[in-house]
Amino acid sequence: MNQNLYRKRLWTNRIGISLSMAAMVLGLSVLLWILFVLFKNGFAALDLNMFTQSTPAPGSEGGGLANAIVGSLMLVGFATLISTPIGILAGVYLAEFGNRSRIAELTRFMTDIMLSAPSIVLGLFVYAIIVAQVKQFSGWAGTVALALIAIPVVLRTTENMLRLVPGSLREAAYALGAPQWKVATMVTLRAAKSGVVTGVLLALARVSGETAPLLFTALNNQFFSMDMTKPMSNLPVVIFQFAMSPYDNWIRLAWGGALLITLTVLVLNILARVIFREKISQ
Amino acid sequence: MKSLLQKLAVTAGAFALMSSAIAADITGAGATFPFPIYAKWAEAYKKTTNVGLNYQSIGSSGGVRQIRAKTVTFGGTDAPLSGEELEKDGLVQFPTVLGGVVPIINLDGFKSGELRVTGDVLAEMFMGTILKWNDPKIAALNPGKKLPDMNITVAHRADGSGTTFIFVDYLSEVSPEWKAKVGKAPAVKWPAATSIGGRGNEGVAANVSRIKGSIGYVEFAYAKKNNIPYLQLRNRDGRFVSPDDKTFAAAAAGADWFSVPGMGISLVNQRGADAWPITGATFVLMYRNPDNRAASNEALKFFDWSFRNGRDMALELEYVPLPDALIKAIVSKVWSQIAR
Amino acid sequence: MSTSPAGGGMLDARRLDAKNSQGDGSMQLSSNESGLRDETRLKIVRKQRIQDFFFHKITFSFSLVVLVALIGILISLLISAWPAFKKFGIDFIWTVQWDIVNDDFGAAIAIFGTLSSAAIAVLIAVPLSFGIALFLTETCPTWLRRPLGTAIELLAAVPSIIYGMFGLFIFAPLFAEYGQPALQSTLGQMPIFAPLFGGAMNGIGILAAGLILAFMVLPFIAAVMRDVFEIVPSILRESAYGVGCTTWEVVRHIVLPYAQQGVIGGIMLGLGRALGETMAVTFVIGNSQRISASLFSPGSSIASTLANEFGEADDFHLSTLFALGFLLFVITFIVLALAKILIIRTERAKGLQT
Repeated sequence: MNQNLYRKRLWTNRIGISLSMAAMVLGLSVLLWILFVLFKNGFAALDLNMFTQSTPAPGSEGGGLANAIVGSLMLVGFATLISTPIGILAGVYLAEFGNRSRIAELTRFMTDIMLSAPSIVLGLFVYAIIVAQVKQFSGWAGTVALALIAIPVVLRTTENMLRLVPGSLREAAYALGAPQWKVATMVTLRAAKSGVVTGVLLALARVSGETAPLLFTALNNQFFSMDMTKPMSNLPVVIFQFAMSPYDNWIRLAWGGALLITLTVLVLNILARVIFREKISQ
Repeated sequence: MKSLLQKLAVTAGAFALMSSAIAADITGAGATFPFPIYAKWAEAYKKTTNVGLNYQSIGSSGGVRQIRAKTVTFGGTDAPLSGEELEKDGLVQFPTVLGGVVPIINLDGFKSGELRVTGDVLAEMFMGTILKWNDPKIAALNPGKKLPDMNITVAHRADGSGTTFIFVDYLSEVSPEWKAKVGKAPAVKWPAATSIGGRGNEGVAANVSRIKGSIGYVEFAYAKKNNIPYLQLRNRDGRFVSPDDKTFAAAAAGADWFSVPGMGISLVNQRGADAWPITGATFVLMYRNPDNRAASNEALKFFDWSFRNGRDMALELEYVPLPDALIKAIVSKVWSQIAR
Repeated sequence: MSTSPAGGGMLDARRLDAKNSQGDGSMQLSSNESGLRDETRLKIVRKQRIQDFFFHKITFSFSLVVLVALIGILISLLISAWPAFKKFGIDFIWTVQWDIVNDDFGAAIAIFGTLSSAAIAVLIAVPLSFGIALFLTETCPTWLRRPLGTAIELLAAVPSIIYGMFGLFIFAPLFAEYGQPALQSTLGQMPIFAPLFGGAMNGIGILAAGLILAFMVLPFIAAVMRDVFEIVPSILRESAYGVGCTTWEVVRHIVLPYAQQGVIGGIMLGLGRALGETMAVTFVIGNSQRISASLFSPGSSIASTLANEFGEADDFHLSTLFALGFLLFVITFIVLALAKILIIRTERAKGLQT
């Protein structure tokens, strides 16, 4: 009887643990499967032309993704330039001054929701407030949409990292007569520097692969253009367009772009984690 | 980090300066149907003249919106505007290129052109009133062929599109029931019970190639490129024809373009022994008195160049270039209205 | 919540500063030289106070950006959607109709597709995430925890459009050939499930969308589960092990009840993510504007309808799409807010314990 009960518990445990391992294996294999497919289909397209030539017309041979790569870099770059200061300073407010205020509590809550809010709705929003008003799709509209996605990421990471800075550090600075802004920027923010960089990298990774909000804002551009007031080519939308086309050359480039963008995003993510880990282990 | 930000700011400033130095290109927006050929022409035009064309394929209604808002030099649309609408906005309209839409199928044992249908049978299949491939109505048109007892799955576009517009324009033309119950628009409510939507021509092509017993419709280029079997259709003259550039051109040959103001005639179900019945044109909208005459002239130069030099490129992408006589008529009767 | 001495400590320091300078000011008479020095000090303090004032205001105003954006989104979507809401009223939400030619619209089809695909995703992702979280917190060797945990998190980093391409070109054909027939011949033979697994096997549809979504939201649910599992005080865990509980029993009877709210919060977070996912769903859901009992049949979600139809929509149709966007935002907002509240509560419970 006792023996039976013991055996039953043992087997339940074994089954439970094996199932959990199976779940882990399944999750990992999906990741590997996706990467395998990307490498298999995308590696052929990776050559120098991809970085030096613009997207080809339908049915043309050759060509590359240079306009889309530069466009994506500019969109993501400007979005980072806008979202980083806003996100960091807002994060400073929440961590340093916003402990007891209702507004700060609310902001924190809403930021967490915005972190997971559907990005396509942000695209609609930017379409309504910028594209529909200016009557022109533009790189700036795309930048604003991406910045709106990036701000919550930078904000919450900054706040969390600042909270990890020991209070004694702040107190020491105040005791020396340093004003609030100096303590926040020169002491705590500096102490949390790598954490903040982590946040920026994560935000970069997050917006690099976004497609949905760009469909209604930056749109696309066949040619090389750095004019942010005009529609702008970008990797995700080009991949989307090319993957759904009947032209072999376009499909080849779509897989190449897909590999490029996935590798970028994964590397940024891993980099962010490495930097963060170094900070923690210090 | 500060220095990184500074560097970024400097680079950003440099970019802004560079971008303002690049010469203005021709801007256009609208229909997705002609996008591949406009893009092809633009690439070649840029090589010879160094003037680029930035055509945003945002859809026909988007093209009409943009030209009304005067944010582009020309708008593109597959659904032509009426004479009154053109008059109201001070616009002119002309066709640029023709193309054909073809019904494609996935039915074991049937290759391209081996299955024949008439317009009303096609409409009934898309209505969902003919449910099976061995329906007597289909069998009657294909004596001696062995048709399977299999359900018909309808594959259609999920996004609004000029391709859909041309296709349902045809169905409305040949089937009064379709006209009354469904109508014509860039996107319609598909009545068949088993219908599946795909995004873009490729989405429809992918669905048809995968789903046995399915029927869909795509631009000819997609059917040819992906080797998907297409149907033979009976045209208005009672002959069964297969789609190719000759039957598309034959459909346009008999058309009287100036019978309606704005040249916005429908090319579906045209007379002609070899006419492919689901043929359509795509149109360009421009202002009669453009605010920016220089830009407007550049756009006309582009179309003039493309009409003369872009014929092979159009054929290569399975479009049909306009006949010479029509081009001459456009230049003399339509472009002459535009203030230079 | 972590205590921050910043606010209090800073105030004290300032008050101290102010007191000192006042005190020093009264000493001005006694020594001219030191008076000068004090005046400069006073000036610096004043300057610093002004700087602080502005710094405070600037950071505060930046922190409002998110709130302003959120309210802006609601208002602008509502304004753009107004013609549609005005015409259809509240009935818009449960009307099963999507007729573009006659401008007759209802949101029910898209809402149904959104909710059913997200529900399938969560149903599949929850046991998997639970397994992964359990493995990573309880049984995984310590040196493997970090790389394996990161690998799972990377699943969330893969861009949505890649999942879409993968889903349409790689997964759907395999699913049509092997997955769907297997489901139909097993679950499809049971009386209750039969209608769910009937119909044509095309590889794309609501179920395919749900499956792809499951792997997209899995990392989010697993991450929250890991976090809340780790919140469970080790004393509880160890005493359970101490009385001879197996790992499974510890997780089942100690960890899970303790972290219950947080686990539910994690599930809700995953649900919120799944509801708004666009590109991947657009590729595989089948994009058909109808409701069908079979999970194999194509449908459409709010996000896929937006991505598909926005380009060619004319004015009124556009307004309807904005109305759909508004509904999507409201639905995800509610789900994510609930998720957040549950997770915060679990974290508070931890705060009280220690």
